[in-house]
Amino acid sequence: NTGRMARDMTDKEILKMELDQLKKEVSTPRTPVGANCQETISFVEGLAADDPLIKGVPDDKNPYKGDKGGCIIT
Amino acid sequence: MCDQTFMAITFGPCDNCSTTSPLMNIYIKNEPTNYCSFCVEMMACQGLLKGETLASLKNESESLKKKLEEERAKLHDVELHQVAEKIEVVSALSIKTRRVLKGHGNKVLCMDWCKDKRRLVSSSQDGKVIVWDGFTLNKEHAVPMPCTWVMACAYAPSGCAIACGGLDNKCSVYPLSLDKNENLAAKKKSVAMHTNYLSGCTFTNSDMQILTSSGDGTCALWDVESGQLLQSFHGHTADVLSLDLAPSETGNTFVSGGCDKKANVWDMRSGQNVQSFETHESDINCVKYYPSGDAFASASDDATCRLYDLRADREVAVYQKDSIIFGVSSLDFSLSGRLLFGGYNDYTINIWDVLKGNRVSMLFGHENRVSTVKVSPDGTSVCSASWDNTLRVSRALGMPWLLVLYSLT
Repeated sequence: NTGRMARDMTDKEILKMELDQLKKEVSTPRTPVGANCQETISFVEGLAADDPLIKGVPDDKNPYKGDKGGCIIT
Repeated sequence: MCDQTFMAITFGPCDNCSTTSPLMNIYIKNEPTNYCSFCVEMMACQGLLKGETLASLKNESESLKKKLEEERAKLHDVELHQVAEKIEVVSALSIKTRRVLKGHGNKVLCMDWCKDKRRLVSSSQDGKVIVWDGFTLNKEHAVPMPCTWVMACAYAPSGCAIACGGLDNKCSVYPLSLDKNENLAAKKKSVAMHTNYLSGCTFTNSDMQILTSSGDGTCALWDVESGQLLQSFHGHTADVLSLDLAPSETGNTFVSGGCDKKANVWDMRSGQNVQSFETHESDINCVKYYPSGDAFASASDDATCRLYDLRADREVAVYQKDSIIFGVSSLDFSLSGRLLFGGYNDYTINIWDVLKGNRVSMLFGHENRVSTVKVSPDGTSVCSASWDNTLRVSRALGMPWLLVLYSLT
């Protein structure tokens, strides 16, 4: 494939390109969803306790706290 | 063999075979031509192999798609949210907006965090690219671009340069100077050249290479110093709207998504499309790798976000709700991968539990569409950019402390 853009290709050429891609993909190695999801869950559980958007940041580590000037608009 | 009957306005020598006969007025590559009916038939059959017609190609394609579905379905033994049933729910989130960045004169289309976790770069329809200090709200640099709709911007890993582009069809790199008075626009370096708008750009592991996505349907890898095209990626059949690089530990791949509703995973070295997913019902506006590198998510105009596992080679979760009907423009994950932040065209940000599949919280405040959502490199903040001309930085903190600081320049 010379690597042209889709809009410069005829319908036939686009179909051929998609067909070649599908032929490759049918034989992609795959593993069962259940086992992969278990791994994903383990990954998350290992990190979740330190996820700053879940557990928050203590005040002494908070750079947004304190009076940096400006005004409070009511 | 009988000719079809057709209305012939012209009678004369055919432009192709010179036979004098009734002629059909046709256009070839926008040029008006007159062919006899036999030559028209011959032309329609050109380029096809023996026995191969558009219909036969379509049939083969359909049956392969079915086979692919069957292969994928064989491994679909369970859903992600089912496996996640036994884990605890996420504790109540206390994420609130802590900073509002005002200064753009029009819609903010894109933003990116610096690795130093406090600086941000944003780009706007007003043609400006601004580098902000997220803590002090100071605008450190403001670069005027020669075009409006700067749709993509990115911070270099070193923090010493930014890249941006949009309707100019280019991606340009600007080194950032410590000298505030220096004219950054003068040091601009044009790196990428596409034949349609630039929709996304990102540096790879260093300041030396840039990956781009474009409305011309392609993605490309460029050398920053020379501007040379290193690799191009063809396979999308419509505008590519987004791309994301795999986390560096997991190898040289990236994912792209676009208006053909497909999300493609690419090998950067070979230029090959290694995996492809088509389950969305409308344009994919944003794609993002999962922190583990084994999955990625996509955000679409079909109002859903979807998670795809790369090892199982299939979609494993859909984040949707009947009450959510507006398109999702952008998404990002929290550090642990437990939360997914989606920016929507109904001006809100929905926060989803990635594992259990339900929405756990929402962020309000923007007064127009959310265009970009990005979590900071250390996972402490999430920044959202919007068509309301502002950016908002939100955090989970011990003590709610809401300040709206207006820039004085």
